[in-house]
Amino acid sequence: MAGTAPHSQAGNAAPTRRDFIVITASAFGAVGAAAALWPFVHQMNPSADVLALSSTELDLSHIATGQSVTVLWRGKPVFVRHRTAEEIAQAKKDDTAALPDPAKDETRVKKPEWLVMMGVCTHLGCVPLGQKGDFGGWFCPCHGSHYDTSGRIRKGPAPLNLPIPEYTFLSDTRIRIG
Amino acid sequence: MANNNAPTSGFYANPVVKWIEYRLPVFSTLDHMVGSKYPTPKNLNYWWNFGSLAGLCLVVQILTGIVLVMHYTPHTSLAFDSVEHIMRDVNYGWLLRYMHANGASMFFIVVYIHIFRGLYFGSYKSPRELLWFLGVIILLLMMATGFMGYVLPWGQMSFWGATVITNLFSALPVVGDPIVHWLWGGFAVDNPTLNRFFSLHYLLPFVLVGVIILHVLALHQFGSNNPQGIDVKGPQDTIPFHPYYTIKDAVGVGFFLLFFSFFIFYAPNFLGHPDNYIPANPLVTPAHIVPEWYFLPFYAILRSVPDIWFIEAKLGGVLAMFGAIAILFLLPWLDTSKVRSARFRPIYKQLTWVFLITCIGLGYSGGMPAEGLPLIIGKICTVYYFLHFLVVMPLVGWFEKPTKLPASISEPVLKAQAAE
Ligand code: FES
Repeated sequence: MAGTAPHSQAGNAAPTRRDFIVITASAFGAVGAAAALWPFVHQMNPSADVLALSSTELDLSHIATGQSVTVLWRGKPVFVRHRTAEEIAQAKKDDTAALPDPAKDETRVKKPEWLVMMGVCTHLGCVPLGQKGDFGGWFCPCHGSHYDTSGRIRKGPAPLNLPIPEYTFLSDTRIRIG
Repeated sequence: MANNNAPTSGFYANPVVKWIEYRLPVFSTLDHMVGSKYPTPKNLNYWWNFGSLAGLCLVVQILTGIVLVMHYTPHTSLAFDSVEHIMRDVNYGWLLRYMHANGASMFFIVVYIHIFRGLYFGSYKSPRELLWFLGVIILLLMMATGFMGYVLPWGQMSFWGATVITNLFSALPVVGDPIVHWLWGGFAVDNPTLNRFFSLHYLLPFVLVGVIILHVLALHQFGSNNPQGIDVKGPQDTIPFHPYYTIKDAVGVGFFLLFFSFFIFYAPNFLGHPDNYIPANPLVTPAHIVPEWYFLPFYAILRSVPDIWFIEAKLGGVLAMFGAIAILFLLPWLDTSKVRSARFRPIYKQLTWVFLITCIGLGYSGGMPAEGLPLIIGKICTVYYFLHFLVVMPLVGWFEKPTKLPASISEPVLKAQAAE
């Protein structure tokens, strides 16, 4: 039997049954260790209750033209702005401007007078200030990113437009975010 | 360190010591680590105090930290109030918290000086590369610990600092967002984030202790470097660590405690930020976010990188910031000079000061709003920071003509004595 045969001489590299056992056992051990590690890693991902907190409703009837409100959704601010006619016109006009992250205004709104977007700068996550900056939209004070009246990035270190969350109009004056 | 060659006279003749030493050679081990059996170059100057001062800082942080945890509550709705409770109600709470908060700054001051000492006297060069590596790892652990600790009071700067820094990882392509959500345990910095930071902030200092033991172990392999940067030639070049350097370190400790106490008692919030006395509010970002002062140079590098080719500014900034520390790992090979100490390197000697000014320039830029002159200073200093390591160091090592090294550590001393 190979198992009881004397050990292969020094320099003899032919794999033996013992080598096979050592390699397969170590490989299974490694797979087992990795599987045991996973719960320790995955516990840090969002838990079930955090995932469940996923929608917020908002009544729009109190928001006058030119006003915005900020609501908290999933721990993050969402801007809901009742845009003025000039802002809408400006946003449309800028569709053809040099945009770092090109997007038409109409693709960013469901109704032109209501702009609903995340109030989280796409640079490093600060909350931009409304109706500030070089483009009449939002300005992030943290590292100086300018967004226009459609929430598109125009200048500064942020790479992307302010993202649009999922939302639906439940009626003319009510929306659900998430 | 085996007990059979342990001394049997003096302290070791005490029967209790003898009994313990025979079973557990703890006294002789300590004596070899930081005592009379550790031969140390006899020319160490006061710049060599900062290693033991750093150890002292860690001890202060651990002791004050352990007692602060007895009164702190790691929950978003209670954290801020529990810190105020420590400040107002807990006996000596104000003192313990100010010691801990300013202690972190002291730790970084001491460690930055310790690192600069290493840069100036070439302490990272062969055969001390691993000693240097362990030091860089200690710096990284300190940064992680300091950052997470700053989040715990759950003030405005805590919250927004945590948001900005964790968002750095979103710059990575593809895996960026999943990593950020994993770090947060949600979709924004929130209670799960605070809890895990608290857990790790308590753990990492003990990891630091472990790495520091390795750092000291690596140090003992070849012994301390010295201001001449030349090797110890024999016993005539060394003196025992105890009592000579324990005494010298004690002098340093005295001055250090005066400096530390000044901040604790007369300017306890000088190094902090007033916005952190406002409870965290996820809807409002403070107008001007700054990290703690010890991160400012790296923060400046983060903000100074523009779009380069296809790498957008955000990713570029993050890579440069981490690169600024990672490059320290390559230092032993980027420095091509065989001479360790800048004392004998006329050009490099000047350049270390230029480098120090660069770091201060970065710190200044990082603390100012990212526009105008500070931004330009930040950009220039960022470029020089990397040039210094990648271009200047290798070239100077090749072209510079070092001055004549002394034959031994003792020689300059003996010469000076003869001249008198
Ligand atoms: S987070 Fe908005 S510009 Fe950096």
